[in-house]
Amino acid sequence: MPDLDFRAVSGVDQPIPAGWLTLCHACDLPSRVGDVPEGGSARCPRCGTVLYRRIRDSLDRTLALAVAGMFLFIAANVFPFLAFKMQGNVTHTTLSTGVRALFEQGTPIVASLVLLTTIVAPLLQICSLIYVLAPLRAGIRVPGQTRVFRLLRAVQPWSMMEVFIIGILVSLVKLVGMAQIVPGIALWSFALLIPVLAFATSSLDAEWVWRRVGLAR
Amino acid sequence: MIPISAHSGVENLASCHDCGFVVALEGAGHHAQALCPRCRAAVHQRKPDSINRTWALVITAAMLYVPANIFPVMRVISMGKAQEDTIISGAVYLLVHGMWPLALIVFFASVVVPLLKLIALSFLLISVQRGSNWRPVERTKLYHVVEAVGRWSMTDIYVVTILVALVSLGNLATIEAGIGAVYFAGVVVVTMLAAESFDPRLIWDRVRESNG
Repeated sequence: MPDLDFRAVSGVDQPIPAGWLTLCHACDLPSRVGDVPEGGSARCPRCGTVLYRRIRDSLDRTLALAVAGMFLFIAANVFPFLAFKMQGNVTHTTLSTGVRALFEQGTPIVASLVLLTTIVAPLLQICSLIYVLAPLRAGIRVPGQTRVFRLLRAVQPWSMMEVFIIGILVSLVKLVGMAQIVPGIALWSFALLIPVLAFATSSLDAEWVWRRVGLAR
Repeated sequence: MIPISAHSGVENLASCHDCGFVVALEGAGHHAQALCPRCRAAVHQRKPDSINRTWALVITAAMLYVPANIFPVMRVISMGKAQEDTIISGAVYLLVHGMWPLALIVFFASVVVPLLKLIALSFLLISVQRGSNWRPVERTKLYHVVEAVGRWSMTDIYVVTILVALVSLGNLATIEAGIGAVYFAGVVVVTMLAAESFDPRLIWDRVRESNG
Protein backbone atom coordinates (compact mmCIF):
# COMPACT_ATOMS: atom_id res chain seq x y z
CA MET A 1 0.00 0.00 0.00
CA PRO A 2 2.28 2.78 -1.21
CA ASP A 3 0.21 5.93 -0.75
CA LEU A 4 -1.37 5.25 2.64
CA ASP A 5 0.54 6.99 5.40
CA PHE A 6 -0.94 5.93 8.71
CA ARG A 7 1.96 7.43 10.65
CA ALA A 8 0.62 10.87 9.82
CA VAL A 9 -2.20 10.16 12.27
CA SER A 10 -1.50 11.02 15.86
CA GLY A 11 -3.31 12.61 18.76
CA VAL A 12 -6.80 11.88 19.96
CA ASP A 13 -8.41 14.96 18.41
CA GLN A 14 -7.09 14.41 14.92
CA PRO A 15 -9.62 13.32 12.30
CA ILE A 16 -8.66 10.72 9.71
CA PRO A 17 -6.63 12.51 7.00
CA ALA A 18 -8.51 12.82 3.71
CA GLY A 19 -7.81 10.54 0.79
CA TRP A 20 -7.72 7.15 2.50
CA LEU A 21 -8.63 4.17 0.43
CA THR A 22 -11.65 2.05 1.24
CA LEU A 23 -13.69 -0.63 -0.51
CA CYS A 24 -17.48 -0.54 -0.31
CA HIS A 25 -18.40 -3.50 1.89
CA ALA A 26 -21.54 -4.09 -0.15
CA CYS A 27 -20.33 -3.78 -3.74
CA ASP A 28 -16.53 -3.74 -3.41
CA LEU A 29 -15.99 -0.53 -5.37
CA PRO A 30 -12.72 1.14 -4.29
CA SER A 31 -13.01 4.84 -3.40
CA ARG A 32 -10.94 7.44 -1.64
CA VAL A 33 -12.72 9.11 1.23
CA GLY A 34 -12.19 12.87 1.13
CA ASP A 35 -12.68 15.43 3.87
CA VAL A 36 -15.82 14.46 5.73
CA PRO A 37 -17.22 17.26 7.92
CA GLU A 38 -18.27 16.48 11.49
CA GLY A 39 -21.70 14.89 11.38
CA GLY A 40 -21.30 14.17 7.67
CA SER A 41 -20.92 10.90 5.82
CA ALA A 42 -19.35 9.50 2.68
CA ARG A 43 -21.35 7.15 0.46
CA CYS A 44 -20.38 4.66 -2.18
CA PRO A 45 -20.85 6.36 -5.57
CA ARG A 46 -22.11 3.12 -7.12
CA CYS A 47 -24.50 1.56 -4.61
CA GLY A 48 -25.07 4.27 -2.00
CA THR A 49 -23.91 2.26 1.02
CA VAL A 50 -22.42 4.48 3.74
CA LEU A 51 -18.63 4.11 3.61
CA TYR A 52 -17.72 6.34 6.51
CA ARG A 53 -19.59 8.52 8.99
CA ARG A 54 -17.76 11.14 11.01
CA ILE A 55 -19.33 11.69 14.41
CA ARG A 56 -18.75 14.70 16.66
CA ASP A 57 -16.76 13.85 19.80
CA SER A 58 -17.07 10.19 18.92
CA LEU A 59 -14.58 8.94 21.50
CA ASP A 60 -15.96 10.92 24.46
CA ARG A 61 -19.56 10.21 23.57
CA THR A 62 -19.13 6.50 23.05
CA LEU A 63 -17.06 6.09 26.19
CA ALA A 64 -19.54 8.04 28.32
CA LEU A 65 -22.44 5.98 27.01
CA ALA A 66 -20.55 2.72 27.55
CA VAL A 67 -19.81 3.63 31.18
CA ALA A 68 -23.44 4.62 31.74
CA GLY A 69 -24.36 1.32 30.12
CA MET A 70 -22.20 -0.57 32.58
CA PHE A 71 -24.07 0.92 35.57
CA LEU A 72 -27.43 0.19 33.94
CA PHE A 73 -26.34 -3.36 33.12
CA ILE A 74 -25.41 -4.02 36.75
CA ALA A 75 -28.71 -2.56 37.96
CA ALA A 76 -30.62 -4.62 35.41
CA ASN A 77 -29.05 -7.84 36.67
CA VAL A 78 -29.00 -7.22 40.41
CA PHE A 79 -32.41 -5.72 41.18
CA PRO A 80 -35.80 -7.45 40.84
CA PHE A 81 -36.97 -7.55 37.25
CA LEU A 82 -40.64 -8.51 37.42
CA ALA A 83 -42.82 -9.73 40.27
CA PHE A 84 -45.83 -11.94 39.76
CA LYS A 85 -48.73 -11.84 42.24
CA MET A 86 -51.39 -14.52 42.09
CA GLN A 87 -53.80 -15.47 44.85
CA GLY A 88 -51.53 -14.24 47.62
CA ASN A 89 -48.42 -15.86 46.17
CA VAL A 90 -45.67 -13.54 45.05
CA THR A 91 -42.89 -14.69 42.70
CA HIS A 92 -39.93 -12.33 42.32
CA THR A 93 -37.78 -12.77 39.26
CA THR A 94 -34.53 -11.30 38.09
CA LEU A 95 -33.34 -11.06 34.50
CA SER A 96 -31.67 -14.46 34.72
CA THR A 97 -34.54 -16.37 36.39
CA GLY A 98 -35.99 -17.50 33.07
CA VAL A 99 -32.60 -18.73 31.85
CA ARG A 100 -32.09 -20.74 35.04
CA ALA A 101 -35.60 -22.21 34.84
CA LEU A 102 -35.07 -23.24 31.20
CA PHE A 103 -31.81 -24.97 32.15
CA GLU A 104 -33.57 -26.82 34.97
CA GLN A 105 -36.41 -27.89 32.68
CA GLY A 106 -33.94 -29.51 30.32
CA THR A 107 -33.92 -27.08 27.40
CA PRO A 108 -30.29 -25.95 27.54
CA ILE A 109 -30.22 -24.85 23.90
CA VAL A 110 -32.97 -22.30 24.36
CA ALA A 111 -31.56 -21.28 27.76
CA SER A 112 -28.09 -20.68 26.31
CA LEU A 113 -29.45 -18.65 23.43
CA VAL A 114 -31.41 -16.40 25.79
CA LEU A 115 -28.40 -16.10 28.10
CA LEU A 116 -26.17 -15.15 25.18
CA THR A 117 -28.51 -12.60 23.60
CA THR A 118 -29.76 -10.78 26.70
CA ILE A 119 -26.87 -10.99 29.19
CA VAL A 120 -23.54 -12.21 27.77
CA ALA A 121 -23.50 -10.30 24.46
CA PRO A 122 -24.54 -6.92 25.97
CA LEU A 123 -21.96 -7.35 28.77
CA LEU A 124 -19.20 -8.18 26.29
CA GLN A 125 -20.26 -5.19 24.19
CA ILE A 126 -20.01 -2.80 27.14
CA CYS A 127 -16.76 -4.25 28.50
CA SER A 128 -14.98 -4.29 25.16
CA LEU A 129 -16.02 -0.69 24.39
CA ILE A 130 -14.63 0.48 27.74
CA TYR A 131 -11.49 -1.65 27.45
CA VAL A 132 -10.64 -0.24 24.03
CA LEU A 133 -11.78 3.38 24.44
CA ALA A 134 -10.78 4.28 28.00
CA PRO A 135 -7.02 3.73 27.41
CA LEU A 136 -7.30 5.66 24.13
CA ARG A 137 -8.84 8.56 26.00
CA ALA A 138 -6.11 8.41 28.63
CA GLY A 139 -3.45 8.16 25.95
CA ILE A 140 -2.06 4.81 27.00
CA ARG A 141 -1.78 1.41 25.31
CA VAL A 142 -3.01 -1.76 26.98
CA PRO A 143 -2.45 -5.31 25.68
CA GLY A 144 -5.07 -7.05 23.57
CA GLN A 145 -6.95 -3.97 22.35
CA THR A 146 -6.86 -5.25 18.78
CA ARG A 147 -8.35 -8.58 19.76
CA VAL A 148 -10.98 -7.03 22.02
CA PHE A 149 -12.06 -4.58 19.35
CA ARG A 150 -12.57 -7.49 16.94
CA LEU A 151 -14.61 -9.25 19.60
CA LEU A 152 -16.91 -6.23 19.80
CA ARG A 153 -17.81 -6.59 16.14
CA ALA A 154 -18.44 -10.30 16.53
CA VAL A 155 -20.85 -10.02 19.48
CA GLN A 156 -22.88 -7.05 18.24
CA PRO A 157 -25.40 -8.98 16.11
CA TRP A 158 -26.12 -11.29 19.07
CA SER A 159 -27.10 -8.54 21.48
CA MET A 160 -30.91 -8.45 21.26
CA MET A 161 -32.20 -6.52 24.25
CA GLU A 162 -34.72 -4.52 22.25
CA VAL A 163 -36.39 -7.71 21.08
CA PHE A 164 -36.58 -8.90 24.70
CA ILE A 165 -38.68 -5.82 25.54
CA ILE A 166 -41.27 -6.86 22.94
CA GLY A 167 -41.19 -10.31 24.53
CA ILE A 168 -41.98 -8.73 27.88
CA LEU A 169 -44.92 -6.81 26.42
CA VAL A 170 -46.38 -9.94 24.85
CA SER A 171 -45.91 -11.90 28.09
CA LEU A 172 -47.62 -9.20 30.14
CA VAL A 173 -50.60 -9.22 27.84
CA LYS A 174 -50.86 -12.99 28.12
CA LEU A 175 -50.83 -12.86 31.91
CA VAL A 176 -53.25 -9.95 32.30
CA GLY A 177 -56.33 -11.10 34.17
CA MET A 178 -54.52 -14.17 35.47
CA ALA A 179 -52.20 -12.32 37.82
CA GLN A 180 -50.81 -8.95 38.78
CA ILE A 181 -47.40 -8.10 37.36
CA VAL A 182 -45.19 -5.57 39.15
CA PRO A 183 -42.24 -4.12 37.20
CA GLY A 184 -39.02 -3.74 39.20
CA ILE A 185 -36.04 -1.37 39.04
CA ALA A 186 -34.15 -3.82 36.84
CA LEU A 187 -36.81 -3.62 34.14
CA TRP A 188 -36.46 0.17 33.91
CA SER A 189 -32.66 -0.10 33.91
CA PHE A 190 -32.88 -2.70 31.15
CA ALA A 191 -35.25 -0.51 29.11
CA LEU A 192 -32.88 2.45 29.49
CA LEU A 193 -29.84 0.35 28.60
CA ILE A 194 -31.27 -0.32 25.12
CA PRO A 195 -31.09 3.28 23.77
CA VAL A 196 -27.85 3.90 25.68
CA LEU A 197 -26.11 0.96 23.97
CA ALA A 198 -27.72 1.80 20.62
CA PHE A 199 -26.34 5.35 20.79
CA ALA A 200 -22.95 4.05 21.95
CA THR A 201 -22.83 1.77 18.90
CA SER A 202 -23.92 4.46 16.44
CA SER A 203 -21.51 7.07 17.81
CA LEU A 204 -18.51 4.77 17.56
CA ASP A 205 -16.09 5.69 14.78
CA ALA A 206 -14.60 2.25 14.15
CA GLU A 207 -12.18 3.31 11.40
CA TRP A 208 -10.77 6.04 13.64
CA VAL A 209 -10.34 3.61 16.51
CA TRP A 210 -8.77 0.95 14.25
CA ARG A 211 -6.15 3.46 13.18
CA ARG A 212 -5.10 3.75 16.81
CA VAL A 213 -5.45 0.20 18.16
CA GLY A 214 -4.62 -1.71 14.99
CA LEU A 215 -1.31 -3.50 14.55
CA ALA A 216 -0.34 -1.68 11.35
CA ARG A 217 -0.65 2.06 11.69
CA MET B 1 -15.85 10.64 -3.47
CA ILE B 2 -13.59 9.65 -6.36
CA PRO B 3 -14.26 6.17 -7.75
CA ILE B 4 -11.06 4.51 -8.81
CA SER B 5 -11.18 3.16 -12.31
CA ALA B 6 -10.87 -0.54 -12.89
CA HIS B 7 -7.79 0.07 -15.03
CA SER B 8 -5.48 1.37 -12.33
CA GLY B 9 -4.30 -2.02 -11.18
CA VAL B 10 -6.47 -2.35 -8.09
CA GLU B 11 -8.28 -5.55 -9.07
CA ASN B 12 -6.61 -7.51 -6.32
CA LEU B 13 -7.66 -5.23 -3.48
CA ALA B 14 -9.74 -6.72 -0.72
CA SER B 15 -11.05 -5.18 2.47
CA CYS B 16 -10.91 -6.94 5.81
CA HIS B 17 -14.36 -8.11 7.03
CA ASP B 18 -13.46 -7.24 10.59
CA CYS B 19 -11.79 -3.84 10.40
CA GLY B 20 -12.19 -2.62 6.82
CA PHE B 21 -8.46 -2.34 6.15
CA VAL B 22 -7.67 -2.49 2.44
CA VAL B 23 -5.14 -5.15 1.52
CA ALA B 24 -3.55 -5.92 -1.84
CA LEU B 25 -3.86 -9.70 -2.15
CA GLU B 26 -1.19 -11.78 -3.81
CA GLY B 27 -2.35 -14.43 -6.22
CA ALA B 28 -5.39 -14.23 -8.41
CA GLY B 29 -9.11 -14.78 -8.29
CA HIS B 30 -11.61 -14.99 -5.51
CA HIS B 31 -9.62 -17.56 -3.56
CA ALA B 32 -6.65 -15.31 -2.79
CA GLN B 33 -6.33 -14.66 0.91
CA ALA B 34 -4.07 -13.03 3.46
CA LEU B 35 -3.98 -12.06 7.11
CA CYS B 36 -5.09 -8.50 7.81
CA PRO B 37 -2.02 -6.52 8.89
CA ARG B 38 -4.20 -4.30 11.06
CA CYS B 39 -6.37 -6.78 12.99
CA ARG B 40 -5.04 -10.24 11.97
CA ALA B 41 -8.38 -11.49 10.66
CA ALA B 42 -8.30 -13.59 7.49
CA VAL B 43 -8.92 -11.36 4.48
CA HIS B 44 -10.61 -12.87 1.44
CA GLN B 45 -11.57 -11.40 -1.87
CA ARG B 46 -15.03 -12.89 -1.22
CA LYS B 47 -16.33 -14.78 1.80
CA PRO B 48 -15.05 -18.34 1.27
CA ASP B 49 -17.49 -20.74 -0.33
CA SER B 50 -20.26 -18.23 0.28
CA ILE B 51 -22.89 -19.69 -2.07
CA ASN B 52 -22.56 -23.31 -0.92
CA ARG B 53 -22.47 -22.40 2.76
CA THR B 54 -25.45 -20.08 2.51
CA TRP B 55 -27.47 -22.70 0.60
CA ALA B 56 -26.63 -25.33 3.21
CA LEU B 57 -27.75 -23.04 6.03
CA VAL B 58 -30.90 -21.93 4.18
CA ILE B 59 -31.91 -25.56 3.59
CA THR B 60 -31.17 -26.46 7.22
CA ALA B 61 -33.27 -23.54 8.45
CA ALA B 62 -36.13 -24.50 6.14
CA MET B 63 -36.09 -28.02 7.58
CA LEU B 64 -36.11 -26.69 11.15
CA TYR B 65 -38.92 -24.25 10.31
CA VAL B 66 -41.47 -27.05 9.88
CA PRO B 67 -41.17 -28.68 13.34
CA ALA B 68 -40.76 -25.22 14.86
CA ASN B 69 -44.28 -24.42 13.73
CA ILE B 70 -45.87 -27.85 14.25
CA PHE B 71 -44.63 -28.68 17.75
CA PRO B 72 -45.70 -26.72 20.84
CA VAL B 73 -43.29 -24.04 22.02
CA MET B 74 -44.91 -23.90 25.44
CA ARG B 75 -46.88 -26.15 27.78
CA VAL B 76 -49.09 -24.64 30.49
CA ILE B 77 -49.91 -27.08 33.30
CA SER B 78 -52.66 -25.73 35.49
CA MET B 79 -54.60 -27.80 38.06
CA GLY B 80 -53.65 -31.07 36.49
CA LYS B 81 -54.58 -29.99 33.01
CA ALA B 82 -51.99 -29.35 30.36
CA GLN B 83 -52.51 -26.96 27.51
CA GLU B 84 -50.06 -26.65 24.64
CA ASP B 85 -49.32 -23.61 22.54
CA THR B 86 -47.66 -23.49 19.16
CA ILE B 87 -46.26 -20.31 17.61
CA ILE B 88 -49.44 -19.81 15.58
CA SER B 89 -51.83 -20.54 18.42
CA GLY B 90 -49.93 -18.03 20.56
CA ALA B 91 -50.52 -15.34 17.96
CA VAL B 92 -54.15 -16.38 17.54
CA TYR B 93 -54.63 -16.13 21.33
CA LEU B 94 -53.55 -12.48 21.24
CA LEU B 95 -55.82 -11.80 18.27
CA VAL B 96 -58.85 -13.38 19.96
CA HIS B 97 -58.23 -11.27 23.04
CA GLY B 98 -58.31 -8.09 21.01
CA MET B 99 -54.57 -7.41 21.14
CA TRP B 100 -54.21 -7.25 17.39
CA PRO B 101 -51.13 -4.97 17.29
CA LEU B 102 -49.20 -7.47 19.43
CA ALA B 103 -50.70 -10.40 17.53
CA LEU B 104 -49.45 -8.79 14.36
CA ILE B 105 -45.95 -8.30 15.80
CA VAL B 106 -45.76 -11.91 16.99
CA PHE B 107 -47.13 -13.30 13.73
CA PHE B 108 -44.78 -11.13 11.72
CA ALA B 109 -41.69 -11.79 13.86
CA SER B 110 -42.16 -15.54 14.24
CA VAL B 111 -43.90 -16.71 11.07
CA VAL B 112 -43.36 -14.14 8.32
CA VAL B 113 -39.80 -12.94 9.05
CA PRO B 114 -38.08 -16.37 9.01
CA LEU B 115 -40.01 -17.37 5.89
CA LEU B 116 -39.26 -14.10 4.07
CA LYS B 117 -35.61 -14.40 5.08
CA LEU B 118 -35.39 -17.85 3.54
CA ILE B 119 -37.19 -16.75 0.36
CA ALA B 120 -35.08 -13.59 0.02
CA LEU B 121 -31.80 -15.44 0.56
CA SER B 122 -32.80 -18.14 -1.95
CA PHE B 123 -33.70 -15.45 -4.44
CA LEU B 124 -30.35 -13.68 -3.92
CA LEU B 125 -28.46 -16.97 -4.24
CA ILE B 126 -30.25 -17.97 -7.44
CA SER B 127 -29.81 -14.50 -8.95
CA VAL B 128 -26.07 -14.62 -8.20
CA GLN B 129 -25.71 -18.17 -9.54
CA ARG B 130 -27.50 -17.22 -12.76
CA GLY B 131 -25.22 -14.22 -13.12
CA SER B 132 -28.10 -11.79 -13.03
CA ASN B 133 -27.54 -8.15 -13.89
CA TRP B 134 -30.91 -7.10 -12.57
CA ARG B 135 -31.15 -4.17 -10.13
CA PRO B 136 -28.01 -4.68 -8.08
CA VAL B 137 -28.76 -1.68 -5.83
CA GLU B 138 -32.17 -3.06 -4.86
CA ARG B 139 -30.79 -6.56 -4.33
CA THR B 140 -28.07 -5.14 -2.08
CA LYS B 141 -30.76 -3.29 -0.08
CA LEU B 142 -32.80 -6.49 0.18
CA TYR B 143 -29.75 -8.19 1.66
CA HIS B 144 -29.32 -5.45 4.25
CA VAL B 145 -33.00 -5.80 5.24
CA VAL B 146 -32.61 -9.57 5.59
CA GLU B 147 -29.57 -9.01 7.78
CA ALA B 148 -31.37 -6.50 10.02
CA VAL B 149 -34.77 -8.11 10.63
CA GLY B 150 -33.68 -11.60 11.67
CA ARG B 151 -33.22 -10.73 15.33
CA TRP B 152 -36.92 -9.92 15.77
CA SER B 153 -37.74 -13.59 15.41
CA MET B 154 -36.41 -14.06 18.94
CA THR B 155 -39.62 -12.52 20.34
CA ASP B 156 -41.37 -15.85 20.85
CA ILE B 157 -38.35 -17.43 22.52
CA TYR B 158 -38.29 -14.52 24.97
CA VAL B 159 -42.02 -14.79 25.66
CA VAL B 160 -41.57 -18.44 26.61
CA THR B 161 -38.57 -17.56 28.82
CA ILE B 162 -40.42 -14.78 30.66
CA LEU B 163 -43.57 -16.85 31.18
CA VAL B 164 -41.50 -19.78 32.45
CA ALA B 165 -39.75 -17.44 34.90
CA LEU B 166 -42.88 -15.74 36.16
CA VAL B 167 -45.20 -18.70 36.42
CA SER B 168 -42.81 -20.88 38.36
CA LEU B 169 -43.12 -24.00 40.45
CA GLY B 170 -44.98 -23.52 43.70
CA ASN B 171 -47.75 -21.61 42.07
CA LEU B 172 -50.96 -23.18 40.87
CA ALA B 173 -49.71 -23.25 37.34
CA THR B 174 -46.43 -24.27 35.72
CA ILE B 175 -45.18 -23.31 32.31
CA GLU B 176 -42.62 -25.36 30.46
CA ALA B 177 -40.80 -24.76 27.20
CA GLY B 178 -41.82 -27.23 24.49
CA ILE B 179 -39.70 -28.96 21.88
CA GLY B 180 -40.95 -26.47 19.27
CA ALA B 181 -38.99 -23.76 21.08
CA VAL B 182 -35.77 -25.70 20.53
CA TYR B 183 -36.44 -26.00 16.78
CA PHE B 184 -37.45 -22.37 16.67
CA ALA B 185 -34.23 -21.28 18.40
CA GLY B 186 -32.45 -23.31 15.72
CA VAL B 187 -34.30 -21.45 12.96
CA VAL B 188 -33.27 -18.07 14.39
CA VAL B 189 -29.60 -18.99 14.81
CA VAL B 190 -29.26 -20.79 11.47
CA THR B 191 -30.98 -18.00 9.46
CA MET B 192 -28.71 -15.44 11.13
CA LEU B 193 -25.67 -17.51 10.18
CA ALA B 194 -27.04 -17.89 6.64
CA ALA B 195 -27.40 -14.11 6.25
CA GLU B 196 -23.89 -13.67 7.63
CA SER B 197 -22.34 -16.19 5.24
CA PHE B 198 -23.81 -14.62 2.10
CA ASP B 199 -21.46 -12.17 0.44
CA PRO B 200 -23.38 -9.21 -1.09
CA ARG B 201 -20.35 -8.34 -3.23
CA LEU B 202 -21.18 -11.38 -5.36
CA ILE B 203 -24.21 -9.41 -6.58
CA TRP B 204 -21.84 -6.83 -8.07
CA ASP B 205 -19.30 -9.16 -9.63
CA ARG B 206 -21.36 -9.79 -12.75
CA VAL B 207 -22.36 -6.14 -12.98
CA ARG B 208 -18.69 -5.18 -13.05
CA GLU B 209 -17.86 -7.86 -15.61
CA SER B 210 -20.54 -6.68 -18.02
CA ASN B 211 -19.58 -3.02 -17.57
CA GLY B 212 -15.90 -3.41 -18.13
